[in-house]
Amino acid sequence: MTMDTNKKLAVFIASAIVLAVLPFVVGNTLGNSWVRTIDFALLYVMLALGLNIVVGFAGLLDLGFIAFYAVGAYTFALLGSPHFDIHLPFYISIPLGAGLAAMFGLLLGTPVLKLKGDYLAIVTLGFGEIIRIFMNNLNAPVNITNGPQGINLIDPIQIGGLSLGKAVEVFGFTLNPVHLYYYVFLFLTVMVVIMVYRLQHSRIGRAWVAMREDSIAAAAMGLNIRNIKLLAFALGALSGGVAGGLFSTFQGFISPESFGLLESIMILAMVVLGGMGHIPGVILGAVVLTIAPEILRDVIGPLQMKAFGKMLVDPENARMLLFGAAMVIMMLVRPEGMWPSKRRAAEFKDAKKG
Amino acid sequence: MSEVLLKIEGINKRFGGLHALSNVSLHINKGEIYGLIGPNGAGKTTMFNVLTGLYTPDEGSFTFDGNDLFRAPPHVVVKSGIARTFQNIRLFHEMTALENVMVGRHIRSKANALGAVLRNKATRDEEAAIEAKAWELLRYVGIEDVAYERAKNLSYGHQRRLEIARALATEPKLLALDEPAAGMNPSETESLKALMEKIRDGGVTVLLIEHDVKLMMGLCDRIAVLDYGKKIAEGVPEVVRKDPKVIEAYLGVAHE
Repeated sequence: MTMDTNKKLAVFIASAIVLAVLPFVVGNTLGNSWVRTIDFALLYVMLALGLNIVVGFAGLLDLGFIAFYAVGAYTFALLGSPHFDIHLPFYISIPLGAGLAAMFGLLLGTPVLKLKGDYLAIVTLGFGEIIRIFMNNLNAPVNITNGPQGINLIDPIQIGGLSLGKAVEVFGFTLNPVHLYYYVFLFLTVMVVIMVYRLQHSRIGRAWVAMREDSIAAAAMGLNIRNIKLLAFALGALSGGVAGGLFSTFQGFISPESFGLLESIMILAMVVLGGMGHIPGVILGAVVLTIAPEILRDVIGPLQMKAFGKMLVDPENARMLLFGAAMVIMMLVRPEGMWPSKRRAAEFKDAKKG
Repeated sequence: MSEVLLKIEGINKRFGGLHALSNVSLHINKGEIYGLIGPNGAGKTTMFNVLTGLYTPDEGSFTFDGNDLFRAPPHVVVKSGIARTFQNIRLFHEMTALENVMVGRHIRSKANALGAVLRNKATRDEEAAIEAKAWELLRYVGIEDVAYERAKNLSYGHQRRLEIARALATEPKLLALDEPAAGMNPSETESLKALMEKIRDGGVTVLLIEHDVKLMMGLCDRIAVLDYGKKIAEGVPEVVRKDPKVIEAYLGVAHE
C-alpha cells in the first residue's frame, strides 16, 4: 500500500513484460499444450473473478455459476457456427453473450432474493443443472442447441483479416492459435480485473460488504438490498458470459458436458482456496487450480512407473484423489485461503483466538 | 416550533396471536427530543422497527415530512429522512469506522456500477465528497482518532458513537436511537446526553428509546409511555412522571 509510484511502475512494467513473453517461453520449453493450459487458466481467472463478486463481495453462495459460462458459450456458438449458418463477428457475439448471461443472472437472482446460505446454495445448484439440461435437450422438436452432440466448427475470432484460428508468421516467429488467443484472453482478463477492482473500491463495493456483514443494518442505512443483490448476480454473470464466449471460440466445439456441476464447484474452490473477496488471491487460486491438475497429470504416471514398475492406480483417479486431499488439507490448515485480504486474515485469526 | 414532523395514527402490528402494537397514535414535532419509554416487552422496539420500515404495520397511517410511509421499505424510509441505531449495536464489524460511516452516505450518493468501473470525474468527486463527509461526522461525534480501526475493535462507547455517526451520514431529519445509553457508565451517559443535545441543536429531531428514566426526564421535550402495546401516556416529562397509569406500569399496583 505504501509503495511509491516508481516502484509501482517498475512492478507494472516487469509483470507486463513477463506476461507478454510468457507464452513463448512456455511454448518453447514445455510445449504448446502448456500454452493452452495457460489460456485456460486465464479463462478460469475471469470466471473466478466473476463468481468472486457474488460469493466474495456480496456473500451469496452460488453453486450454479457455470450456467452463465454456458450461456455465454452457447450464445457465441449459435451466432458463429455452421449450425444456424450465422456468422456474427466476435465483437458482437461476445458482448451479446455477456449481456444475455447478465440477464440470466437477474433471472436467477430474482427468485432467490430472500434466500440465504444453504437454501440459496441448493437453488443455485438447481439453476446450474437446469441450464445444462436445457442445453442437452433443446434439440427437439426444434433443434436449437444440437443436444448432447454439441455445436462444432465454431468460428475462430477474426480481427480485421487475421483469423486467430490459424498460425501466423511475424518477424520469423510462428504465432500459433494458442499464442494469439493468449493475448486476447489476457487483454480481457485485465479488463475484468480492472472492472472488479474498481467495483470493489466504490460505493457499490462498500454496499456489498455492508450487506454481507449485516443485511438488516445495511437496509436500515438505506441500502436497497434487492438491487444490490441483483447487481452482484448480474455483474458476476457478465464476466462468466465473457469467459464463456471466449471458451466457445477457442475450443471450436462445445457440448453440455462442459458445463456440469463439477465445473461450478471447481470455480468456487478457486475462489475459496485463493482467498474469498481478495482479487489477487482469487487470481492465484484460479491459476493454481488450473495448472496443478495438469502438472499432476504429467507427473503421476511416470512416477508410478518409476516407483513400482507398473501402474497401481489409474493416473486420472490418482490425480483427483491427490487433488481432493490437497484441498482438504488446505482448508484445514489455511481456511482463509492462500492469499487472503488483510481484513479476512485478521477475521480468521480472531476466530482462532476466540 | 410545534410543526409536526412525524405522525402515526392507529398503528397495529401483530405477530401471530401477539398484538405487539394496538392502535398507537403519536406525533413528533420538528426540533424536539421525543422519548419513548415503557417496561420490558411494551412494544418500544416494535414501534421503532415500524417507524424505520423494518416491520410493516398491519393497519394505521404513517406520514413523515409530507411523505406517506405506511408500509414503505427501509430504504425509502431512510431516503425520506429517518435514520436509526440499534439496541444491540449493529455495525459492519469488519469494516473500519470510516468505511462504516461511508456506507451511511450510500443513500445520498448515486454512482452506479458503470460509473464505478469507468471512474469518471463525477464518480471520483463524489467518492472524495463521501470520504470528506465521513471524516466530518467522525469528528462531530468525537471518534476521528479511531477512523482506521475495524468497528469490532472499538470500545463500547465508541461503537455507540460510530453508530450515531453512521446514521447521521444519511442526513436524517429524524434520528431514532434505540437505547443508546444501555451499558454505559454515568460519565459516558453524560457525554452521550451532550451529543444528543448537540444533534438536536444542529436541527435534527431526535427520537429516543431508553430505560434510564432519569436520563429521559432530563433530556426529552416530550415523552410517550407504552405498555402492552398501547400508549398509556404522552406529554412533557413532569406530567408524565406523575401520571398514575405510568406509575402503575412501572411499579405495579397493590392488589386487594
